[in-house]
Amino acid sequence: MTAQTNLSATRTTGGRPGGDVSVRTGAGKLVADTWAVFTREILLVLRDPFTLIFSLLQPLIFLGLFGPLLTGAVGGFGGGTPGGGGSTADTLQWFVPGVIVMISLFGTSMSGSNLLYEMMTGSYERVLATPLDRSAILVGRALKEFAPLVVQGLLIAVVCVPFGFTLYPLHLLVGLLLLGLFGVGVGALSISLALAAKNREWLFWGVQQSLLFPLLILSGMMLPLEAGPAWMQTAAMFNPLTYIVDAERALLAGSLVDTDVLWGFAAAALTCAVGLWVGIRRTRRTT
Amino acid sequence: MSTVIRARGLTKTFHRKSETVEAVKGIDVDVREGELVAFLGPNGAGKSTTLRMLTSLLEPTAGTAEVAGYDVTRHPAHVRSQIGFIGQGNGGGFSYRVLDELHNQGRFYGLGSAEYSRRAAELLEALDLGGLEKRTVQSLSGGQRRRLDVALGLMNHPPLLFLDEPTTGLDPHARANLWEHIGAMRERYGMTIVLTTHYLDEADDMAERVVVIDHGEIIADATPSELKRDHSDDLVTLVVAPGSAGGAPSGTDLLPDDEATLRTALASGDGEVRTDGAVAADGARTVRISTAHGDTRLPEAIEALRVAGFAVRSAELRQASLDDVFLNLTGRSLREEAA
Repeated sequence: MTAQTNLSATRTTGGRPGGDVSVRTGAGKLVADTWAVFTREILLVLRDPFTLIFSLLQPLIFLGLFGPLLTGAVGGFGGGTPGGGGSTADTLQWFVPGVIVMISLFGTSMSGSNLLYEMMTGSYERVLATPLDRSAILVGRALKEFAPLVVQGLLIAVVCVPFGFTLYPLHLLVGLLLLGLFGVGVGALSISLALAAKNREWLFWGVQQSLLFPLLILSGMMLPLEAGPAWMQTAAMFNPLTYIVDAERALLAGSLVDTDVLWGFAAAALTCAVGLWVGIRRTRRTT
Repeated sequence: MSTVIRARGLTKTFHRKSETVEAVKGIDVDVREGELVAFLGPNGAGKSTTLRMLTSLLEPTAGTAEVAGYDVTRHPAHVRSQIGFIGQGNGGGFSYRVLDELHNQGRFYGLGSAEYSRRAAELLEALDLGGLEKRTVQSLSGGQRRRLDVALGLMNHPPLLFLDEPTTGLDPHARANLWEHIGAMRERYGMTIVLTTHYLDEADDMAERVVVIDHGEIIADATPSELKRDHSDDLVTLVVAPGSAGGAPSGTDLLPDDEATLRTALASGDGEVRTDGAVAADGARTVRISTAHGDTRLPEAIEALRVAGFAVRSAELRQASLDDVFLNLTGRSLREEAA
């Protein structure tokens, strides 16, 4: 709210007959506009708590069903978990970061689907017809994905503590920040995909799904890649998600100063930059 | 009166694969403050494309447009702050609550919270949306949704409002209701209104000026009555029988039943007279007069025929419509295309 209040003070009063809305300019406008778009997006989540509750439950169910299977299996692969053993605690320490990354990828890669709907019904056009900064229309929407992510991540980590998961609060927060950076990039790419797909919903889902699963599997998120063939490990090296997952594992295991973390931030920053660049260009061009 | 829209050579060309579509071909149009202008034309004529260029939503391929004092290509954000735009779809997000969307819209225009709350309350009241604040947009009726679109378009109190096919898909009752509200809002805020429509009666009844667009070009631009006067005729149809009743001369030997007599009787008035070759068993025949002033020509003709000894069995006046105008200008009926 502070950004908004500051800006209304710098607004000059409109001089044109009948029009009493003036146009803000500069960086202040970008921040205020992004905040306005973000507020609209987040209202949707706040007004519909059921969606929020289900989106919180889903990863927990996943964790509860997948975790026990992995407890046996990962030990068998050997060397997959940091401890190398097969205890629940070790599995969680290895698996929780993966699940947190996974839900962030699921959520952010679908952020374009909402836009598809809004393009179809016409409300996106109404937003475009306002003086909002074009970049803010994209960034505000992509940022919205970050907020539920923090809540989901925290909840998962806390729920796992009684089962032997060691929680390092500061490290977790840094980890969520990293995911946020990455998530905004993926969100922006998903929105770009929706803008390109326009009314062809099947195209959006087709591309989203066929990219999502290879990325997931080739990041070693759910199953350790060490057990896979060499080509998979090579492919994983070119997957930005691999570095995110590795960084999250390092962070949640309690190491902050780590080359994995550094690489993770580099991959996240790169994804974010590419996403925003593509997204802003798309937003400007699509009307 | 000052000019709020000045477009010169406005052109839009779309490239789809190897095909080039000239949607708008160099339109020149001026709109003065306070006017209510309708862009009329069949689907695909270029009305919406023109509107989207004037609202800065679509960049022109060539030409310029100055809207509300700003160039649409160089200062699109300034143009957007001065106008309201109601598109073909629904402006309100379907999953959102009515009041939330109005407040969101206020934030999009950089209004403070006290100001946007006040405006939202005022517009809800004025557009008969009171009590629907917490309803989601998707639960509203078509008419309510459209009124919310108008409310959203007026949150910045624009001096110039654009409406793209505002009443398409509404039932006649909701259409009339929406027009009542648009009229009231226009009076309240003193707005200039530009809209597109393919409903002929709507353009005829509501617009003070009609710009007829076809194949990306303006083919006529005038008030509805001027258009009808210049580009189409009223049609007077009379069924005339040999005199016997009323003021007909007595006796039956002098029946003026031949075409020449009929034509002579009608020659003093204006318009083109056509007679049917077919004559009914009782000698009645149909006479048609195309004229610019059907309302005065009709009684004149009846009187002239009576004096000449004819009996007028029936009389019908069909006044010119904008469809006749379109038909005369293009050789096609707009009514068929709209259906």
